[in-house]
Amino acid sequence: MTTTPARGRTRATDRQGDLLTDDDVLAIRADFPILQQEVNGFPLAYLDSGATAERPRQVLDAERRFLETDNAAVHRGAHTLAAAATEAYEDARATVARFVGATSPSEIVWTANATDALNLVAYGMVNASRGRGGVAAERFAFGPGDEIVVTEAEHHANLVPWQELAATTGATLRWIPTDDDGCWSAEDAATVIGPRTRVVAFAHVSNVTGMIAPVAEVVALAHAVGALVVLDACQSAPHRPLDLHALDVDFAAFSGHKMLGPNGIGVLFGRQDLLDALPPFRTGGSMITTVTMERSEFMPAPERFEAGTQPVSQAVALAEAVRYLEGIGMERVRLHAEGLAERLVAGLHAIPGVRVVGPPAGVARSALASFDVEGVHAHDVSQFLDAQGIAVRSGHHCAQPLHRRLGLVATSRASTSVFTTEEDVERFLTAVGAVRSYFGAAALPPVAAGASGSKSGGVAVVADGGAR
Amino acid sequence: MSDMLAGLYQQVILDHARARHGEGDLPDADAEHFERNPTCGDEITVRIALEPGTDRIRTLQWEGAGCSISMASASVLSDLAPGRTLPELADLTDAFRTMMRSRGTGEPDETVLEDAVAFHGVSKFVMRVKCGMLAWVAAEAAAGLITAR
Repeated sequence: MTTTPARGRTRATDRQGDLLTDDDVLAIRADFPILQQEVNGFPLAYLDSGATAERPRQVLDAERRFLETDNAAVHRGAHTLAAAATEAYEDARATVARFVGATSPSEIVWTANATDALNLVAYGMVNASRGRGGVAAERFAFGPGDEIVVTEAEHHANLVPWQELAATTGATLRWIPTDDDGCWSAEDAATVIGPRTRVVAFAHVSNVTGMIAPVAEVVALAHAVGALVVLDACQSAPHRPLDLHALDVDFAAFSGHKMLGPNGIGVLFGRQDLLDALPPFRTGGSMITTVTMERSEFMPAPERFEAGTQPVSQAVALAEAVRYLEGIGMERVRLHAEGLAERLVAGLHAIPGVRVVGPPAGVARSALASFDVEGVHAHDVSQFLDAQGIAVRSGHHCAQPLHRRLGLVATSRASTSVFTTEEDVERFLTAVGAVRSYFGAAALPPVAAGASGSKSGGVAVVADGGAR
Repeated sequence: MSDMLAGLYQQVILDHARARHGEGDLPDADAEHFERNPTCGDEITVRIALEPGTDRIRTLQWEGAGCSISMASASVLSDLAPGRTLPELADLTDAFRTMMRSRGTGEPDETVLEDAVAFHGVSKFVMRVKCGMLAWVAAEAAAGLITAR
């Protein structure tokens, strides 16, 4: 890359273990044009990176530079730009492969987004169950008696495709239950994973609770019974070092737009031997070797999963986002995300009438906190905050079963990124503290002195009982 | 902040969201309809009972869970519906819908919409228009069930 390193990044790699200082974060923040604006008369405090993160100038510039100099369709044509674009596209793949600890770039498949990546795996298994892929794909074939295991806390993207796989093949979908805070443990997983389990799919970091999953323990349980592990890494890839081979997962999915990169591109990681055997989900151009009118032969991974014209400028920009994160240092990014989450949780616990879901105070969580304000709907909470330039998400966060388990219709969620400052968090906490009085929520019952740090206090809005 | 919020959360709306009119079951309803906003999870069941032998609404009751806009809107609707015929409710709903789609333009007719004019400010917040419409859409569907008989 030829651009000048951003201020605040120059020294960063020397200090991998250090916390980002306020000055570091302000320097990072200066790289994000969208943050240099007022919203509703207030400086923007963007606390919705869990939905989509903003992009630094370096990422925007990389995409524009590619489009202004090298843009062409890749892996076809022999002209100069086609070669340059193909090289940039494959360099980007190598960059992402290194970022997540893949053995080879061919373990990285470009997809439209993480949802697409998870569907690629699930529908590859549907196709294998129908006999596609021959003997090599038999390990992906499901039928009655086979079990698919997810958790009750999953994002719909890591639940609905598995429901479809079960419905199509006659396999049984089972789930690891969560507790009243939406958390689950390796012990909970051990009660569900068993000899019939063929695949275990779960989020590395929950998009609702911020809980960090016990990956090593679950992988050990799954592999002990010969089951494959699919990791939803959407909320971990932006915030913590990832070594997917060290984690020993079989597949992993994440998206570009949650990690300072573009929309329209996601990543599927898969162990090479598995990707080479999994039948393709989408078929067409770019993924074949020989096509006759009767049948076709498919390319090996990753090309066999990349039918159609590829998202080239998005891949180039995502690689730049990876370099931007690496420039800060992923260990520092992790400490920043966990430190902000800790402050969010402590601050929210101190506000009367606020129930924080997820791990209790003192237990590590990553980057975000979801909460319920007693007597005030999540939409009204986020509207109230928005009027002060504070952007948070409200709703079920694509996790209806989890919210049902929590006895809530919706929560509000504050989620952070590398550009989130302590001041953003303090402004947010001050504003949340004023919500109940604005909406005239009923007075709370008296609370024993010193109890403000406890983690309950919320009241269920709606509960229709049972796990799903 | 307060100006912007006050445009959305008119006092009438905050009052109705707190002290909700018409909330509860209606065992002798002639029709009911359940409506859900999948993007936010807000849900409502609206029940309509007619004066016997007429198409005039005796009572409109509702049960649901949602934001202050959707709950206040249901509350106002339950005040306005009784005494109107089903076609008159349809006319009122059309006027309400037109106002909610106005993006804050125009001047709603208070003589027609009565307390529902308080939702004119909601029309400027495109993300909240569906909240305001939820109960009305449910009532429209419930009325349609009766008319179809």
